[in-house]
Amino acid sequence: MSQAGRTFVVVGNGMVGQKFLEEFSQENMAQDHLVVICGENHPAYDRVQLSSYFSGKSPDDLRLAPDSFYQQDHISLHLNKTVTSIHRDRSIVRLNDGSSVPYDKLVLATGSSPFIPPIEGYQLDGCFPYRTIDDLTSIQSYAQSKATGVVIGGGLLGLEGAKALKDLGLETQVIEFAPHLMAAQLDQEGGRLLQRKIEALGIKVHTGRSTQKIESHSGMLRLTFQDHPAINTEMVIFSTGIRPNDQLARQAGLAIGPRGGIIINEHCQTSDPHIFAIGECASWSGTFYGLVGPGYQMARTLVSFLKGSPEPFKGADTSSKLKLLGVEVASIGDAHGTSRDSTSMSFYDGIRDSYQKVVMSKSRKNVLGAILVGDTSNYTLFHQMMKNKTPLPSDHDSLLLSKGGERGTQSSPMVSDDSIICSCNNVSKKQLSDCIIKGSHSINHLKETSRAGTSCGGCLPFVQEILEADLAKHGVKVDRNLCEHFHFTRQELYHLVQVNKIKSFQVMLEKFGKGLGCHICKTTMASILASCWNHHILSEEHSTLQDTNDAYLGNIQKNGTYSVVPRIPGGEILPTKLIEVGRIAVKYNLYTKITGGQRIDLLGARLEQLPDIWKDLIEAGFESGHAYGKAVRTVKSCVGDTWCRYGVNDSLTAAIDLEKRYRGIRAPHKLKMAVSGCTRECAEAKSKDVGVIATEKGWNLYVGGNGGSKPRHADLLAADLDDDSLVKFIDRFLMFYIRTGDRLQRTSTWLDQIEGGIDYVRKVVMEDSLNIGEQLEQDMQALVDTYQCEWKTTIEDPIKLKRFKSFINTKEADRQIAFTTNRGQIKPVRPMEA
Amino acid sequence: MKWIDIGHEKDLIEEGGVCALINGIQIAIFRLGKPDRIFAIDNFDPKSGVHALSRGIVGSHGSHITVASPIYKHHYDLRTGICLEDHETRVNTWPVKIHQNRILLGGHNLENYQ
Repeated sequence: MSQAGRTFVVVGNGMVGQKFLEEFSQENMAQDHLVVICGENHPAYDRVQLSSYFSGKSPDDLRLAPDSFYQQDHISLHLNKTVTSIHRDRSIVRLNDGSSVPYDKLVLATGSSPFIPPIEGYQLDGCFPYRTIDDLTSIQSYAQSKATGVVIGGGLLGLEGAKALKDLGLETQVIEFAPHLMAAQLDQEGGRLLQRKIEALGIKVHTGRSTQKIESHSGMLRLTFQDHPAINTEMVIFSTGIRPNDQLARQAGLAIGPRGGIIINEHCQTSDPHIFAIGECASWSGTFYGLVGPGYQMARTLVSFLKGSPEPFKGADTSSKLKLLGVEVASIGDAHGTSRDSTSMSFYDGIRDSYQKVVMSKSRKNVLGAILVGDTSNYTLFHQMMKNKTPLPSDHDSLLLSKGGERGTQSSPMVSDDSIICSCNNVSKKQLSDCIIKGSHSINHLKETSRAGTSCGGCLPFVQEILEADLAKHGVKVDRNLCEHFHFTRQELYHLVQVNKIKSFQVMLEKFGKGLGCHICKTTMASILASCWNHHILSEEHSTLQDTNDAYLGNIQKNGTYSVVPRIPGGEILPTKLIEVGRIAVKYNLYTKITGGQRIDLLGARLEQLPDIWKDLIEAGFESGHAYGKAVRTVKSCVGDTWCRYGVNDSLTAAIDLEKRYRGIRAPHKLKMAVSGCTRECAEAKSKDVGVIATEKGWNLYVGGNGGSKPRHADLLAADLDDDSLVKFIDRFLMFYIRTGDRLQRTSTWLDQIEGGIDYVRKVVMEDSLNIGEQLEQDMQALVDTYQCEWKTTIEDPIKLKRFKSFINTKEADRQIAFTTNRGQIKPVRPMEA
Repeated sequence: MKWIDIGHEKDLIEEGGVCALINGIQIAIFRLGKPDRIFAIDNFDPKSGVHALSRGIVGSHGSHITVASPIYKHHYDLRTGICLEDHETRVNTWPVKIHQNRILLGGHNLENYQ
C-alpha cells in the first residue's frame, strides 16, 4: 500500500494515545502512517477500570482494542520501547534500543507518572506506586503472603487502590494529608460522609496526616507521623497525585507550564508547530488534567486540526460520577464554589445517609457546580443544568429534595439540542436524537451508534431518558427512512432515481446518501435501478449491490449451496423437457422437488457448479425462473377450458402469456400470480398478488392476496375485463406498486397501508385519477421490451462469471459442504467450524 | 510475520468479497474503494455455521465497516471481526495487504493453524 503520506510518530499508547489512533483511523487518512511507541508490555488498556484487575479481570479484558486494530496497514506498534530523545533539527526520535524513527509530525501522549513525595524510605521493599498493570501485577504477587496494607493518598485513585488491597484480602488503611478524603472533588462534609461510609466497610481512614518516614523492621514497614502514633504494615501503596511526563519535551526545549506539563495551544500544538501533546502530559492554560475525558477531547481536537477542520480545545469539564468501594460520589463543575458571586445550599439526609450540595450563581441564578455523596441520582440533572445554564426554578430548594429520576424526565425538554450529553465521547443531544430517529430504539443500539455512554457510562441514565422521551415524542413512530445511509423512504428514492436519471448506487450515495451503504440500501437500490432501467443485475456497477440470491442467481440454502429453478410458464412442460431437467439433476446430483408454483426446485448446487448447470439447462431450452429475485416469479394456473369440463376460458394460455410478459420484473418484494379458468378457483388466484379468474364475460382481476403466515384474500380490482384491458390494468397496478411500495412490502400489506386502500388504488389504476396511467403502461412496456434471461447473459460473459468460484487461489471444492442421503436423494449436513 | 501470496489483486472484487483457502482455512477478503482499503476475516459465519461471509454485502454501520452475512444478515466489523448484533461473537481478522499487485495475507497464525 502507498507509503506516500505523512509519518506520525505517537509516543505513548495509553487511553488518550489510543483514542487518537482510533479517531485518526476513522478519518480515513489512509495515506498517513502511524508509528506508535509504547513503553509498556501491553497495548492500550482501560486504566479507569484498573482495580477490576484485582477482582478477577485479566489484562485482556481491559484491552481497548484487539490485535487486529494494530495490524492495520497504516499502524506500526512498538511495544516495550521508549523514546529517549527528540531531535527537532533532524525530525527524528531516538529509541532506547539505539534506533531512530523519523517523523513528519510528532504526537506526545506520554501521560503522567505517580508523584511520590520524597518521604524517607519510599523505595523500601513493599512500597509500590499504583498506576500501571505492571504495578498491579507486582502488588498482587507481593500481597499474596501479606495481611496488612496502607494506601498513602485519599484521592480518587488512592481509594481505588484501597479497594484493590481490600479485594486481595488485606486489612487496609488509608492515609490522607488533607483534612478530608478526595479534597479535589469534595468539600469537608462530603469528604467526611465518604469516610464514614468507607470505614463502615472495614477500611480505616486517617486524614490530616503527613507521613514523615518509612522504616523497615523485621519484615514490617513502620510509618511515622508528626503528632500521631506510628502505623505498622506489610506493604505501602503510593497514590499521591500525578506529574505530567514532560521530561522528553523539556530536553527537547519545548515550552513547559509553571506546574509542569507541555504547553499546548487550542489545537494541542506545542511551542514547536510539528509537535503536539495530548492528555495528562499536556498543560493547557496553566493546568493539566488527570482525567480521561479531557484527554479524549484533546485527541479529537488534534485529529480535527490535522484533517484541516479544526475544532479548538476550550478547556474541559471535569465533572465526574463514580462508585468508590460501593459508595456513590459525584463532583460537578465548580464544586468548591470558587467562582465570584457564587453561593451554595446543601442538604444532608440522615435516613438515606446522603449529602448534596449545589453551588449557584447569586446574580444569574443558575447552577455552577455540585457535590453528591451517597446518592448520585441527581447527577445528570445538576450536570445538565450547569452545562446549559438552565435558570433555577423559583422554588430552587426543591432541587435538593427531589430524586433525579422523577425530575430527570421533566428535565429532558430543558436540554437544548447542542448540549453535550456524553462528555467522554462528545455526543450532543441532537446526535442522540438523530440516532434514535434512524432506528436506535434500544439503549444498547443507541450506545453503539452514538458512542454515548461507552467510556465512563455516567451519562447512561440520561441517555436512557432521552431515548424514552424521544420515542414517546414520536409515539414510537415507525421509522420510514430506509437505513442510516439514506434518509428517504423507498418511494422517495424511486422518485429521485427516476427524476435524476440515476443509474448507479455510487452516484446515488454521493448525491443523496452517506457512509458506505449496507445490505438494506444496496439491495433496495439494486431493485429500484432494475425496475427503472432494467440493466443486467450482475453488470459491473450493480453486482456487489445484490443480495446473495441475486448475486449468484439462485436462492442460498442453509448449507451455503444454491437452488436452481428454471422457468416453466404456467406449469406447462413438454415431456422431453421434463426428461432433460431430470437428466441434468442426475448429472449434478441435485435434490429435486416440485414447488407450489408449479415448477421444479433443484437444490444443492455449489457456487462453482451453477454456470455449468445453467449452460446445460439453457441448451435444453430453459431460461432463468427468477426464483431468487424480488421479482415476478410464477403464474400458476389450472388447465382451463381446453381440458376442464367446467372451465369457461383458456386460463392456461392467459397464464403463460402473463408469465412471459412479466417474467423477472423487479419489485419491492416477490410477486406471485395465478389464473383460474372458472370460479372454482383451482389455481388459488385469490391468494396471489395478482389473481385472475375467468367469468362468462371475460376476466375478474384480483389484487393484494397472500398466503404464507399472514393470509389475505385478494380484493377485486375490476370485473369482466377483455384480454387487452386485463394486461393494461395489470401493467398499471404492478408499476404503481413498484413505484410506491416500501422495501420488502408485499402487495397485501401495501394495500392495507396505502392511504385510501383498494378504493384509492382502483381510482389510480381504473380511472387514472393521477393521470399517470399512460406513463405506467409505458414504463412497464420498457421493462417487457428489455427482458433478458439473466443466466444466458451471465454464462456468456467471463466478467460476470468471475464471482462463481469458491476460492480465488485454488480450484479445490469447498469441503465444508457435505451431504448425506435421505429417501434416495442428497440432504445437507450442517458444516462444522474448520 | 510471514506473508502468503494468494493471488493477483485483479482477483479481488471491488466493494465486495472473495474467498481464499489456506491450509484448510477459508478466509474472506474484501476490497473497498474510496479510499482503497482491504480487509481479511474468517469466511465462517459462526451465527449460521456456514462458510459464506465472502458472499455478503459490505457497507457501514455508524463508524463500523461491515459485511452482512448472506445467511441471517448478522453484521461483522471488518476491522475487529466483532459481530455487531452480539458482541460476544467474533470472527478472526487477518493481516492483509497488496504489494506489487499481489495479495499478501499475514501468515502469523496461519502456519500454526490446524
